[in-house]
Amino acid sequence: MEIIVCAKYALDVAEIKIDPSGKPLLDGVPRRVSDIDKNAMEAAVNIKEKQGGTIKVVCFGPASAKEGLKELLAMGADEAYLVEDPSGGMLDTAATVEALAAAIQKIGSFDLILCGEATTDGYTGQVGPRLAGKLGIPQITYARNLNVEGNSVTAERDLEDAYETVKAPTPVLVSVTREINVPRIPSLMAILKASKKPMTIWKLEDLGLSKEKLEQVSTLQTVDLQGFAVERKRVVIKDKPVEEAVQELVSYLMKEKALGV
Amino acid sequence: MAAEEKFDVIVVGAGLAGSTAAYVLAKEGLQVLLIERGRQAGAKNMTGGIIYSRVVHEVFPNFWEEAPVERAITSYNIVFLGENSAVTLNLKAPGLGKPPYNAFSVLRAKFDRWIAGKAEEAGATLVTGVTVDELVMENGKVKGIKSGSDELLADVVIDAEGAKSLLVEKAGLRGDFKPEDVSVGVKELIELPEETVNERFNVGGGEGASYTLVGYTKGVAGGGFLYTNKASISLGIVARIDMLVEKQVKVHELIEDYKVHPFISKLIEGGNVAEYSAQIIHEGGIAQVPRLYSDGFLAAGSSACLLINNLFTLRGMDLAVASGAAAARAVLKAKERNDFSASSLSAYESLLREAFILTDMEAFRRTPSLLNNRRFFTVYPDLACSVMEELFSVNPAPSEKAFKVVRRHMKGKAGLLDVLRDLLGVYRAL
Repeated sequence: MEIIVCAKYALDVAEIKIDPSGKPLLDGVPRRVSDIDKNAMEAAVNIKEKQGGTIKVVCFGPASAKEGLKELLAMGADEAYLVEDPSGGMLDTAATVEALAAAIQKIGSFDLILCGEATTDGYTGQVGPRLAGKLGIPQITYARNLNVEGNSVTAERDLEDAYETVKAPTPVLVSVTREINVPRIPSLMAILKASKKPMTIWKLEDLGLSKEKLEQVSTLQTVDLQGFAVERKRVVIKDKPVEEAVQELVSYLMKEKALGV
Repeated sequence: MAAEEKFDVIVVGAGLAGSTAAYVLAKEGLQVLLIERGRQAGAKNMTGGIIYSRVVHEVFPNFWEEAPVERAITSYNIVFLGENSAVTLNLKAPGLGKPPYNAFSVLRAKFDRWIAGKAEEAGATLVTGVTVDELVMENGKVKGIKSGSDELLADVVIDAEGAKSLLVEKAGLRGDFKPEDVSVGVKELIELPEETVNERFNVGGGEGASYTLVGYTKGVAGGGFLYTNKASISLGIVARIDMLVEKQVKVHELIEDYKVHPFISKLIEGGNVAEYSAQIIHEGGIAQVPRLYSDGFLAAGSSACLLINNLFTLRGMDLAVASGAAAARAVLKAKERNDFSASSLSAYESLLREAFILTDMEAFRRTPSLLNNRRFFTVYPDLACSVMEELFSVNPAPSEKAFKVVRRHMKGKAGLLDVLRDLLGVYRAL
């Protein structure tokens, strides 16, 4: 089975600070592979381990995304492709899909494309579905379980209050949820091997695209971005017998609806 | 899993000692693997401190031109903290703010990334997010490392894990630590605008101040530090673990006390605590330094407990760089002979002497025991403050001569003989 995983080298949202006026400070925020894309990679590696095949990972992002791709190669991808984004992350999902689709077409054949259900920074959840549309292939979203048999895939979709099992023929695009697996932490040997795996870097021009073309399709503009800081509650329960303190803590948490009851 | 490739040297820990060793070895064309357990070099490093420049300059000439240093330190202060007052000894030396400089404040998260990057540029392979669990041993000789189920062999393993090194113990070079051998340091990084730092510390043009804080530690052996970074202040305290236990004091209480002391609170006023972290430190001096090498194994930096506290300066980072370089040179010599036995690697020790590391540590071998003398951090700082306060206060009452004031304040706290003995101790130690 030939698998392509799409991955984003996303902003590490835990590192974003907010200035006193509420504006998130995005300059110099470190990046990391979007968490759920690692679930997609783990799903790909699981399939490969069972049935063999190849895994290629594709990323549209800054030059620094090479670091993230190395991590995905260490997890088990065979080859990595980086399409360099000259815009500094200013393009919308339509442009991202243009770039990814062009890269995938250049790579050629595939049976399965895996994506995260959404990225941990922008969280639009659009890239997977739009990419399937652009490539004209079926799609299965929110997969919490995935099985490949011959030329078809069966997935269990997470609909929050129900699970739906669906089946589709390959080639197909599947977006996965966090629940599908626990991404592996690459071992020393896997990391060393990854440094010898091929990584191809394409400019937009290599794919018949250009910054201008992408800017034309990128019609969505971010008008405002407002952060909000969650203040600590600063509640301290002390100088009380344990039973009483626990009772007080539990009733406080229930009042705050923190216990889900 | 069998190794597909063989490295000449495996360096464990991409801090100052490890990255320097990897850099020196890779530059000479050896195959070097540098393993770091953090997500990147510096990720696990809390230190915001002072790096003394000259030794680093020898390995990385003019490093300040490209390395992420914060400020060149030109104002050096020793502060004795009393209950509500402070006596300060200040050295202002603009000359130390010119190349090759004396010291820089650095934030290690950034600095370590730079130095690991130098090792990579030189050709070392840096692997991050990997923990080394064990050494591969054969007949008491170190043959490589184990990480999870992976085994990797090398001619030499250089351990630069840092103060909590387990590999030095596993290589059989030392036993477990005792509480009195170990201090705990806590540090807060307090953000302030660059201009505020400049104004408050009366520094500018990339220059900065360092403060050694003595006293006000609830009778616990230890002391504090305050360093100016570009747009933040590192405020911390180092305290002996055995004394914290004895006095039933928690180290975070000490730093909270510091922060409300009138001398310190003014300096950090309005600042935003951006980081809080803790670290183990070995202040035992030369007596604590383990054997530094065995067959196929070398320890550098804090792994080897290389630290000099002479009460004025706390040197660790430059010793890490110098020892990393010395370890690398010892390996290069061993490589020429293709003999990586302990006796071949023993050149490391003489190289450390040539770099004045062991000689300096021997010269200050008595300072750690000064810290056993409680008067230095309980009686004298207070005494200095109360005496100075009285000498500078003018009251409508008959004045006494200075020495009489001193004697009166000493009453019940320290005898004249104690003081003389302590002075002699300081004279011998320093």
